[in-house]
Amino acid sequence: MSPTIQLSEAAGIHLANSDASEHRPLIITLFALFVIATLVITVWAGRQTKSAADFYAGGRQFTAFQNGLAVSGDYMSAASFLGIAGAIALFGYDGFLYSIGFLVAWLVALLLVAEPLRNSGRYTMGDVLAYRMRQRPVRTAAGASTIVVSIFYLLAQMAGAGVLVSLLLGITSDAGKILIVALVGILMIVYVTIGGMKGTTWVQMVKAVLLITGTLLITFLVLLKFNFNVSDLLGSAASNSGKGSAFLEPGLKYGLTETSKLDFISLGIALVLGTAGLPHILIRFYTVPTAKAARKSVNWAIGIIGGFYLMTIALGFGAAALLTPKEITDSNPAGNTAAPLLAMEIGGGGDSTGGAILLAVISAVAFATILAVVAGLTLASSSSFAHDIYANVIRRGKATEKEEVRAARYATVAIGVVSIALGALARDLNVAGLVALAFAVAASANLPTLLYSLFWKRFTTAGALWSIYGGLASSVLLVLFSPVVSSKPSSMFPGVDFAFFPLENPGLISIPLGFLLGWLGSLLSKEEPDVKKYAELEVKSLTGTGAH
Amino acid sequence: MASDGPPPPKGDSDNSPAQPTTAQFVEVQESAEFGELRRTYRSFAFPLTIAFIAWYLLYVLLSNYAGGFMGTKLFGNINVAFVFGLGQFLTTFLIAWFYAKFASQKLDPKGAAIKSRMEADL
Repeated sequence: MSPTIQLSEAAGIHLANSDASEHRPLIITLFALFVIATLVITVWAGRQTKSAADFYAGGRQFTAFQNGLAVSGDYMSAASFLGIAGAIALFGYDGFLYSIGFLVAWLVALLLVAEPLRNSGRYTMGDVLAYRMRQRPVRTAAGASTIVVSIFYLLAQMAGAGVLVSLLLGITSDAGKILIVALVGILMIVYVTIGGMKGTTWVQMVKAVLLITGTLLITFLVLLKFNFNVSDLLGSAASNSGKGSAFLEPGLKYGLTETSKLDFISLGIALVLGTAGLPHILIRFYTVPTAKAARKSVNWAIGIIGGFYLMTIALGFGAAALLTPKEITDSNPAGNTAAPLLAMEIGGGGDSTGGAILLAVISAVAFATILAVVAGLTLASSSSFAHDIYANVIRRGKATEKEEVRAARYATVAIGVVSIALGALARDLNVAGLVALAFAVAASANLPTLLYSLFWKRFTTAGALWSIYGGLASSVLLVLFSPVVSSKPSSMFPGVDFAFFPLENPGLISIPLGFLLGWLGSLLSKEEPDVKKYAELEVKSLTGTGAH
Repeated sequence: MASDGPPPPKGDSDNSPAQPTTAQFVEVQESAEFGELRRTYRSFAFPLTIAFIAWYLLYVLLSNYAGGFMGTKLFGNINVAFVFGLGQFLTTFLIAWFYAKFASQKLDPKGAAIKSRMEADL
């Protein structure tokens, strides 16, 4: 019962081996097709990537719809696709709760963040946070929090990719899993170093279209099976799950104890406030020409992501209705393979051609999903390293555009190599908590600082540092001392117990703390806020005057 | 960077968009026109943000502490919890649409007027 959806409950995962080996050629062919197509796009985009604005922001020439698709692609990770469907399949209604937080969160981005950020920043989140502050300390803090958030998120995806692909291809050996993690890492390095933001954006769009198409297809087939009667679908799911009407009510996953209820509140807050502080989402708003286009792209994203989450309800309850709970948990205890299993079942079962084809399609879609998301995350962290830390802190703003982009490419390779190494080491750990941590850090460190920077005149450098480092440290420490890391069988290190903090998600404490520290830091520091720079920031952010 | 022709559509325009001086920014920030834009934006976005977060938290709390109410069946197997959950989807879509409409009618013209005046002075 982890606050985020588990992709990598490595032990004990297997799709019946005979199934896997029969379908392997088809799955591999589809994977290969996706990889080849995206590599072609990447090389094409790379040839058009000349300036820093091309590399970081895709030339700022994407349309609102294109960016809306790409934002959706960046956001709908394998955790949403496989994880939510799996959580619904196992816990019924409580699985559905995730998707609501993930969706409502977009309103924070839409109303408060996307447009001002597009108007006043250039390439990174740090541009906005440091705008009216002392550059070097705030850029360092922004870079640190960007890289921490992105790497945690990345690591969870990488380990998940290893597990998922190994499972779908029937690879169970350690060497095989490490090889898959390395392959994903190398592909993401290639996408980002060669294609930059332009290539990555196109990869996201292709992935979003594939994901939506695949999900639509399975949803349609599930609903067809129940004559488009949703009530019947829910009824079959409830009875087949063995839990009866409780399956359709909140509580199976989070309602067990008072602590788990508090944990759910904590998770809910982190989800709804985290999205607008995720650096890989924020930098997407720089790829469109104006703030108005940024607003429209969020609206497209809300439509696409909302539609997608509505379909995951059909997938999850469809899996609960058409598969037995044992079939689901035997394949993966966390339910992550419920969607592929459902695809196989709805196509006619494991022995049929239809089943094999649908399984292969959904598996390829899941793989595409992971690849695209890791590319987006890598780009966010290498951009922040190159632009915030290298160009503005190390070189004090004196680096040329060429040097900056070169640094970003080197940083991509370094981050890729580190993620491969960590992903390979973490392949058997339950790293699900890392995504929760990424959301919690984003909500505790990034969001308060962003909102204060944009809207509070008296915010100072000290306030920014307090809220970034305070939010970052409190969320990381609370997770470190939570049941995510130790004490429970599902923990990262189940054998030891140093879980002083009872909740798996730190948001309930760390988010208010982040806001409080930003306010206190500004009041207690002797430094005067830079009101002139704030005038610049405020006028720019609301009118787009002088925007990049 | 005043130029005679229209700016190039892409490429180097990104490096140095024309920037008014800090004094001009301060002057605009203190103007009644900008104050009006800020008020229009904030009085729309801030209360609405508080409202949808409160509405979402209500949903989270009811899911946690009002299981009986949420489990009440309304029609067929559809219970209050489902309707409430789908209601969150619906309000999200509506708020997104409503804000976009508000912004393009009430905010964009004001912002564009200030922007074009400031950039014309450069």
